[in-house]
Amino acid sequence: MSDLSLPFRPAATEAPWLRITLTTLVVAILGVLLFAPLITVFYEALREGVGASLATLANPESQSAIRLTLLVAAFAVPLNAVFGVSAAWLITKYSFRGKAVLITLIDIPFSVSPVVAGLCIVLTFGANSWAGSWLVAHGMPVVFAVPGIVMASMFVTFPFVARELIPVMVEQGRAAEEAALTLGASGWRVFFTVTLPNIRWALLYGVLLCNARAMGEFGAVAVVSGKIRGLTATMPITVEMLYNEYASVAAFTLAAVLALLALVTLALKTLLEWRYADQLAATHRH
Amino acid sequence: MQIEIDEISKEFGTTAALTPVSLSIPSGALVALLGPSGSGKTTLLRILGGLEFPTAGRVLFDGADATRLTVQERRAGFVFQSYALFAHMTVFENIAYGLRARPRATRPPTAEIARRVTHLLDLIQLPDIGARYPSQLSGGQRQRVALARALAIEPRMLLLDEPFGALDARVRKDLRQGLRDIHDTTGLTTIFVTHDQDEAMELADLVVVMSMGRIEQVGRPQDIRARPASAFVRDFIGA
Repeated sequence: MSDLSLPFRPAATEAPWLRITLTTLVVAILGVLLFAPLITVFYEALREGVGASLATLANPESQSAIRLTLLVAAFAVPLNAVFGVSAAWLITKYSFRGKAVLITLIDIPFSVSPVVAGLCIVLTFGANSWAGSWLVAHGMPVVFAVPGIVMASMFVTFPFVARELIPVMVEQGRAAEEAALTLGASGWRVFFTVTLPNIRWALLYGVLLCNARAMGEFGAVAVVSGKIRGLTATMPITVEMLYNEYASVAAFTLAAVLALLALVTLALKTLLEWRYADQLAATHRH
Repeated sequence: MQIEIDEISKEFGTTAALTPVSLSIPSGALVALLGPSGSGKTTLLRILGGLEFPTAGRVLFDGADATRLTVQERRAGFVFQSYALFAHMTVFENIAYGLRARPRATRPPTAEIARRVTHLLDLIQLPDIGARYPSQLSGGQRQRVALARALAIEPRMLLLDEPFGALDARVRKDLRQGLRDIHDTTGLTTIFVTHDQDEAMELADLVVVMSMGRIEQVGRPQDIRARPASAFVRDFIGA
């Protein structure tokens, strides 16, 4: 028996009080955790005017930090893209023993503290280790130098590309690749003309996330870099050092540049999605 | 092309998908591999196409051992169950794919590729859809595009995995005749996998009934109907 006096409400709609509570909660969390800090960063950076803030970017320390961060990303991101595509390809297109172990290994950087990861690199490649002393003797120091920073950034960011690709490639299956093979295409041709176009959006998203994380990494880099000013201090490290020295305009300006890089990344992704919306739809419906 | 399957077996891990099977397919025949799911019919088709390799046994094409030929060397036109069209390419590009994938020495010039694709679009009676994407086609149109794409490589045989499986009943009937016509026009040895006994009996010259990795019976549709070789065949074809 139905009670006709109850106001009509679609089955999937919650009660008004619950909707309002949930909405308020989400807005409050976003406000406190996301928008307030972002606004603060830009507010503090521009407190003494745009000129003063830009002037701090011109100092050699900030310049070197920006250059180093871009250099590290330029190595870490492409290498991780190649690694991520290879790992996702192996995991989704082949069945082999130890597959579950490989999937778990890919997730390790999510569960291991970046500081511990940095420490592992120092212990393995530091001057006191067998490998490290050999490398130092041959003029290729890893720890307290750029290679170590690249390694630390790569370790922290290597799950991003693979994690984005695996579900997409599982869903797509192997049929399109097999079809291309029966049509006479070589393995490489299949990869570049069939696999890559089918995963390009997931790959792009993974690369953007990986890039954002690589440029922002602090913990692991702090351990391996030795924080040498003008040499091994990346942008996040320099932000911390400037802040500790009460150079707050300089610190917040550099932080704002990092935040801007993240915002540009997001904007780029949205723009591409909007620009290629029809192609995106075409590859998803089939 | 005449195809000889000689004592082929296939194991996936510990499960046997094919216990040794032997089969002789005459050149130019239209053959149905008929059986319930898990009978090994798709595995057999994939072995012929070079997408799987047998655990033991040989495959011979026109008397020559083809067991170790790679999938590219087989030159088998393969139509997949869900057609596996390239979603990011137009119909034209899908059909041209196999020609463009050839090594430079044997690749036809652009104008020749366009001519052949146009000819194939005419053959499947869809002359005006070259510029469309697969997502803009009906199920029946996709199936015919997949067929045209497979034919573009000038295959030595045509292999089709449940070619009518994803279509509704009306379209199925039309496309059966379409496949028959294309077989008769090209004269290609054609093998298709199906679990639908009506389809097999109506369309094929030769029906191969399979069950649990074995061949139960091989024969012309009317002979199988008249004299089913086992209780399984009698049940399955509902004779």
